[in-house]
Amino acid sequence: MAAVPKAEAAKWKLVSCDPEKCTGCAVCEYICSLDKENVFSAQKSRIRTMRIHPLINISIACRLCSPAPCVTACPRDALKQSEQTGVIMIDDEKCDGCSWCIEACDYGAVTLHPEKKIVRICDTCEGDPECVKWCPEEALDFVTRDIIAQKARLAVSKKLFKEAMEAQGIKP
Amino acid sequence: MLGYAGRILHVDLTSGKIWTEPLKEELARKYVGGIGLGMRLYLDYSKPGVDPFSPENPLVLATGPLSGSMVPTGGNGHAFVSKSPQTFGVGEAKAHGHFGTELKRAGYDAVVFYGKAEKPVYLWMDDDSVQLLDAQYLWGKSPQETEDAIKKELKDFYIRVASIGVAGEKLVRIACIINEKTRACGRTGLGAVMGSKNLKAVAIRGSKDIAVANKDRLLELVKIQHERMKGPAARKYRTLGTPENVLVLNALGAMPTNNFTGAVFPGADKISGEYLNERFVAKIIGCSSCAMRCEHIAVVPEGPYKGTTTRIEYEPLWAMGPNCGVGALDAILKGMDLSNYYGVDAISIGGIISFAMDLYKNGIVNKETAGLELDFGNSETMVEMIKRVSIREGFGDILAEGVKLAAEKIGNGSEKYAVHIKGVEMTGYDIRGLKTAALGYAVSFRGADHNRHGAYGPDVSGKVNRFKAEKGRGKLVKETEDLYAIIDSIIVCKFSRGTYVKGYDDLAALYGAVTGIEMSGEELRLAGERINNLGRLINIREGLTRKDDSLPWKVMHVPIPDEGPSKGSYVSQEELDLLLDDYYEVRGWNKEGIPTPEKLKELGMEDLAYIIKDKPESRKKHAKTED
Repeated sequence: MAAVPKAEAAKWKLVSCDPEKCTGCAVCEYICSLDKENVFSAQKSRIRTMRIHPLINISIACRLCSPAPCVTACPRDALKQSEQTGVIMIDDEKCDGCSWCIEACDYGAVTLHPEKKIVRICDTCEGDPECVKWCPEEALDFVTRDIIAQKARLAVSKKLFKEAMEAQGIKP
Repeated sequence: MLGYAGRILHVDLTSGKIWTEPLKEELARKYVGGIGLGMRLYLDYSKPGVDPFSPENPLVLATGPLSGSMVPTGGNGHAFVSKSPQTFGVGEAKAHGHFGTELKRAGYDAVVFYGKAEKPVYLWMDDDSVQLLDAQYLWGKSPQETEDAIKKELKDFYIRVASIGVAGEKLVRIACIINEKTRACGRTGLGAVMGSKNLKAVAIRGSKDIAVANKDRLLELVKIQHERMKGPAARKYRTLGTPENVLVLNALGAMPTNNFTGAVFPGADKISGEYLNERFVAKIIGCSSCAMRCEHIAVVPEGPYKGTTTRIEYEPLWAMGPNCGVGALDAILKGMDLSNYYGVDAISIGGIISFAMDLYKNGIVNKETAGLELDFGNSETMVEMIKRVSIREGFGDILAEGVKLAAEKIGNGSEKYAVHIKGVEMTGYDIRGLKTAALGYAVSFRGADHNRHGAYGPDVSGKVNRFKAEKGRGKLVKETEDLYAIIDSIIVCKFSRGTYVKGYDDLAALYGAVTGIEMSGEELRLAGERINNLGRLINIREGLTRKDDSLPWKVMHVPIPDEGPSKGSYVSQEELDLLLDDYYEVRGWNKEGIPTPEKLKELGMEDLAYIIKDKPESRKKHAKTED
C-alpha cells in the first residue's frame, strides 16, 4: 500500500473523546445509527461507548491510523484510506465480512454490520460528524492530532499551575 | 405501533415453559408502558389475596414505549411490578441505566414471571433465544459480583444485568433489584419477591433495531430537550444533585432527624451537596440517551472507609445520615455502598435502623436484645446494622421484616416508633410541616413515597401555606400524581420533569414521534389518571381501605420540636380527614376512597368494575353520603 505523505496525514481530523467529560450516555451511538441506518442500534453505530467502571467512560471511533492496519490486513483490497481525509473507505462489493480488519484494529473501531455482514467504520459524516454535534457534554471533538496534543498540554498546564495562577489572580 | 416491541414474554419458573404473546395496541394506548402497563399485566395475571412470596404471585418487568430510543432520559427506563411484601398491595419500582434499553432491543415490552424455580436460576434473554440457566453458583453473591460473573460466563461485556443480592435471597422485605451495579428498583421490596421465586438475575443482550415513526420530528424534539436540559430546569441535577436538598430542607425545618424526632440537623453543613461535591464527588455520569447526567459518583478519600466508591443521592444520604443522627459522610457513603452490595432499599434500610435506634433510646430494646449499642449518631453501629438486617443476623432478622411488621413482633408500644405508611418506611421530607406533601404520602398507592407525586413542590416553594390543611390540596396532589404516573409509564426520568415546559403536550409529542400513535396532551393526562385509578383498584382488590391512607404515628402526634419556621407543626386526624375527603372528591372516589362506577366509565375502565362490585359504598356519590 502506498504510504500517505506525512503532511497530508497531519491535516486529518478524527473523532476524539475526552474521557474526563464523557458520561457514558451513548448519545453518540444513538445518533450515529439513526443517521447512517435510520434506526437506533448500538451494533450499527460506528462509534461505541465503553464504561468499565463508573469513573471510566469513553467513546471510541476510528483513529485514522497511518498506515492503517485494517487496510493492510484486508486480503481482498476492500479497504482503502483516503489521502485527503484519512477515512477508511469500504468497497461493499469486495468486502465479504471475513473480519481480518476487525482483528487488526487495536481500538475496536471496525464493526461488522449485523445483517449485511460487511464491515463498517466511521466515515466522519463527510467531515461533519453527527456524534460531535449531538454529544451533550461536548466530550467529543473533531480535531487533528496536533490539536489533541494541544488540548492535553492546555489541560495539564492548568492543572500544574493552578495554584500559581490563582495567586496571580489569573483565571484559567 | 413503533417504539413498542409488540411482544410480551411469559416465563413460568415452575415448569420452565417460556412463550411470547403479542402486546395488544389497546393495552398500550390505555396504560402506556412502565408502571402503567406493568400494573395492568400484574392485575390480569394474578389472583387476589395471594401471599407476596407465594409462587402464585407474578412478577412483572416492563419497559416504556420510549425505551431504546434517543429521547433524553427516556431511552433507558424499566420498572418492576408485583404484590409488595411490605404493603400487601401493589408494589412497583423503576430504575434507569442501560438495562431497559437492552430489554427493548431484545424485542420485548414486558416480561411476566410466574411460579418458583426449583433451584436458583437466572433468565438469559439473547434476542429471541430465551432460557433459564443455573444460578446456584451465583447464590450468595452481590448484584455487582453477579453481573460480573454472568458477563464472564456468557463472554460478552455489553450484556446488561438486573439481579438481587443476599437480602433478596433471604426474603428481606426491603430487598431491591439492582442493575448495572449502582441503579436500583429500590422501593416496596420487589427484590424479595424475586428471591422467593429463586430468580437471581435477568441478563439481556438485544440486537434488534429500534425504529421510530417520525425520525425528523423526533430529532427536532430531542434537540429542544437537549437545550432545555442544559438550562436551569435541570441545573440542580447537573451540579449538586439531589443532595442539594440537605441545606434547603434543613433551613425549612423539614429534614427529619433521629427517626422523625426533630426536623433540623445540626451537622447539615458537613453532609451537604456542596460539601460532598467539593470533597467526595469524583465524577458525574449519565444513563443511556441522557443529556442531563446526574449520577454523582463519590469516592471516600481517607479514613476507615477509604476507597469506597458509590452513587450518592439525597434520600439514602438522609436515611442513613440525619435520620440515624449520623453526620459522618464517609460512613453514610459506606452505608450506600453496602446497601447496593446486599441489595436492600437504601432508603428503607435507614428507616429500619433509625427505628431500632429509637426503640433503644426509649428502652424497648437494649444491648442484650439488640446485640449492639444502638445510640442515635453512632455511625459504626449504623454501618454494622445494614449487614445484620441484610443477612438476617440476630436482631436484624426481626428488623428485616420492615418497621411495621417488626413492631408487631416486638410489641411494647414500638409501633409508635415505626415510621411508615402502608408498611413502607418514610422518605426524607418532614411532612409534619409539609401538609400538601402529607396528603400525597398518605394516598400514594405504593406506600410512603415522594416519587408517586411531587406534592412537596408547592409546600417547599411557598406556593401554598405548608402548615395548613385546607380544601384545594386534593387537586394539587391529584395533578402531580397523574403527571408522575405518566412519567413512570412512558418512562422518562423524574429529574427531567422541569424540561417538559408544555407538560403533557411535550410528552405526547415525544410519544407520537416515536410510536406514531398521535395522542393529545389531554389524552395522556387521562392515561395518567387511569393509571392512578389502576393502582388504587389493585390495592382495593387486595383489601386496602381508607384506613391505610394514613400517616406515621409520630407525624400525627409529635409536633416538630426544633426552633425555627416549622416548630410545633404536625398533622392531626381532623386535618388528615379533611385532606382525604377533599382528595377523594377531586378523584371522583367515594368517602371510602373507592372509585365510583361513573369514574371508571369515564376512564374507560369498565372492564375493572368487578373489583368495586362488592363494595356497596361505591354506588353512592361522595357528596351525598351519610352525615
